[in-house]
Amino acid sequence: MPATDKPRLQVDNLQAWYDESHVLHGMTLNVGDGEIVTLIGRNGAGKTTTMRAIMGVLRKRQGTIRYKDQDIVALAPHKVPRLGIGYVPEERGIFASLNVIENLTLPPVTQPGGMSLNEIFALFPNLQGRNRTIGTRLSGGEQQMLAIARVLRSGADFILLDEPTEGLAPVIVDQIAVSLQILKQRGLTILLVEQNLQFASAIADRHYVVEQGEVVDEVQNHALAANMGKLNAYLGV
Amino acid sequence: MSLQSVSKSQTSQPVSVRAIFLVALVVISLVAPFFVYPLFLTKMLCFILFASAVNIVLGYSGLLTLGHAAFFGGAAYIAAHAMKVWGTPFEVAILLAVAFSSALGLLFGFLAIRRQGIYFAMVTLALAQMIYFLAIQMPFTGGEDGITAVPRGMLFGVIDLHDTLTMYYVVLVLVAFGMLVIWRAINSPFGHVLAAIKENEARVTSLGIQPNRYKLIAFVLSAALSGLAGALKAIAFQVASLADVTWHMSGEVVLMTLLGGLSTLIGPGIGAAVVIALEHYLSTSGLPIMFMIGLIFMVCVMLFRRGIYGELREWYRRSRSARDHS
Amino acid sequence: MTEFFGVPVVVLLGQVLLGLINGSFYALLSLGLAIIFGMLNVINFSHGAFYMLGGFVTWIIFSHLGIGYWPGLLIAPIVVGLIGALSERLLLRHLYGVDPLYSLLFTFGAAMMLEGLFRYIFGSAGKPYPMPSALSGGYNLGFMFLPVYRVWVIAIALVVCFGTWFAIERTRLGAYLRAGTENPVLVQAFGINVPALLTLTYGFCVGLAGFAGALAAPIYQVGPSMGANLIIIVFAVVVIGGMGSIAGTIVTGLALGIVEGLTKVFFPTASAITVFIMMILVLMIRPNGLFGRER
Repeated sequence: MPATDKPRLQVDNLQAWYDESHVLHGMTLNVGDGEIVTLIGRNGAGKTTTMRAIMGVLRKRQGTIRYKDQDIVALAPHKVPRLGIGYVPEERGIFASLNVIENLTLPPVTQPGGMSLNEIFALFPNLQGRNRTIGTRLSGGEQQMLAIARVLRSGADFILLDEPTEGLAPVIVDQIAVSLQILKQRGLTILLVEQNLQFASAIADRHYVVEQGEVVDEVQNHALAANMGKLNAYLGV
Repeated sequence: MSLQSVSKSQTSQPVSVRAIFLVALVVISLVAPFFVYPLFLTKMLCFILFASAVNIVLGYSGLLTLGHAAFFGGAAYIAAHAMKVWGTPFEVAILLAVAFSSALGLLFGFLAIRRQGIYFAMVTLALAQMIYFLAIQMPFTGGEDGITAVPRGMLFGVIDLHDTLTMYYVVLVLVAFGMLVIWRAINSPFGHVLAAIKENEARVTSLGIQPNRYKLIAFVLSAALSGLAGALKAIAFQVASLADVTWHMSGEVVLMTLLGGLSTLIGPGIGAAVVIALEHYLSTSGLPIMFMIGLIFMVCVMLFRRGIYGELREWYRRSRSARDHS
Repeated sequence: MTEFFGVPVVVLLGQVLLGLINGSFYALLSLGLAIIFGMLNVINFSHGAFYMLGGFVTWIIFSHLGIGYWPGLLIAPIVVGLIGALSERLLLRHLYGVDPLYSLLFTFGAAMMLEGLFRYIFGSAGKPYPMPSALSGGYNLGFMFLPVYRVWVIAIALVVCFGTWFAIERTRLGAYLRAGTENPVLVQAFGINVPALLTLTYGFCVGLAGFAGALAAPIYQVGPSMGANLIIIVFAVVVIGGMGSIAGTIVTGLALGIVEGLTKVFFPTASAITVFIMMILVLMIRPNGLFGRER
């Protein structure tokens, strides 16, 4: 990250609640332009909640979230994606009442520079020729590709990607890793939640370790191998 | 899916407070007809029982019924017809009316309980509307006019009910009996199962209890007591009218229950008394009653869903706990 | 003369036609009810009151301003839709977080209030509305007389229902609606203004009810209780059809109208309760409705 520039995303002392239960206890993290940063940690550590709080889907929160140096906590939830932030939720969120092309074109184009359908089909050949298929009839891997593809089409250049490899076969995971590397080369910035360290290390620049709603450690990707023991302890592997 | 309960269990007020309250209630209801027009009080009593009966389904079972006018108005027709055409004694007419509303309750309950939540409300509403259409068409109900000039008859062949004050006391005894039945039912093992179903139906089912059977019993009990209220009103006022089987009536009684406080023993009675008193006042003011009822309904749903008694109790509880903490 | 169970086919056809008219209104209203339920999770009891409002707007602008049927057919749904949108924005919205039974009670109260208001101002009696001259008269088909207005009602109702179906199933806005029905939070996270979408949906569907009210003015009299009586039947229609499918809702509405019409031929006294009897049968055999899925 160039020292002169402000980071793309700057989260400071973020607190968040589900109803009465306090889930995030002061998350602090940043993501620079063109970086891929992961949040790793056990289930229930608050990784997905962080994503939801940044998107404004989870409303009960305190602290600051700055995107391109603009405070986005006060923004209405539908205005956050219009800044060019794309969200790929953990459950993928493919709509059963929409077919593939409708799912793909659902998010409005928020800024120029998004991928065309041809580019998307080149990146994810599995989706080609499936336009009329009901979204949820696709395989799990294809649904994941569709979920990523639809935010790429919208022109988002900062993507929150929540556990894209969960429950997928290794061959599909490899395919998704390749496509994410292509996206990185295109200059996209990605905040990734991931449990699969091998997958994360193949694409990420940095890793934050999340525990009980806060960041407890940060590891550069090149130092990952040296810190493997420590990370495994965090993850309880 | 259930309407919010005001509290999970009855409050543990000191026994003396309750006893004083109960004695005061008895005294007031005994002397009230010497100060207020007895027929007005009789009407109030009938609706207190009606709203409390609806509360068994709406409050304690968490099922939104929009069809209870069928039981109230239907039983009114039966009682009026029995007294006027068949010439049965008062007590027989009441029994026939309650038997009718119970049977109708069994039928409605059996059908409506097949659907949950919002659909339950629509099914009860539609079934009651069917009774309304039947009431318009069937010859014995007298169509738009209803059954008029119903004789009040003699209780047990000796007590002449044509004296309005006597009628009031008879209604008072029967309404008190109805309230006692509700109180007993809610505080029995049956009532506790009902509360548990409302809280968590899946868990109750896993204990080997069939929730629908309990809901049905509650529904029939509620229908029976609604019928009692309707029959009493028809005989006391000597008329069974079409207005008592309309959807407005079903809505109004839900409003009384909600306004007073769901799932509380005396809340619906308070709500009924307030609404009846208000209607009495409005009927002379020239303001449109239905408009006002609808407006109060909206305000109540929007602003105080706990109802009058529920809000008062919450306020009392909060002020007491504040005192305890200080 | 051809007969069917001892009834001349002509009479039968006439009743089917009559039934289709009722069915058109059932379809227009249950369609809106189902879309509102899907998007807002609200059972809109005041749908009937908005139907009545549509009838009254048409009648008022005619009798006080001299604005006739054709403009009325456009003005009524717009006025009703705007009132609906405003009420959603100011009031109904605050009940989304609580049990849907409360929003049903709220719209129930609103319906009572509106009916009471109109009864207070205009009295209980129905107001006649003249048949527009272009649609009066009828065709003599040789075996029966076919009133033009009835054909018009059925045709325009079918067009509007199909148009609504098309808008929901085949357009981009419809895709937002379908997606919003499934997962409003995610749709919002894609940058779509879901609260505005809800207001629009409610306004449009209530506008449909207003349109139906305007359409009804020349055949049924305009009166304060026209809405509530119809909406309760439509509730039964919705219980029969289930609210899972737009097309299913339309078909159920039309079909029940026809069944009701035929009942009039064979059991005249039972025709008013036909839909309720059908509801009871469906509840016994297929509790979730013909096209329903439990929600």
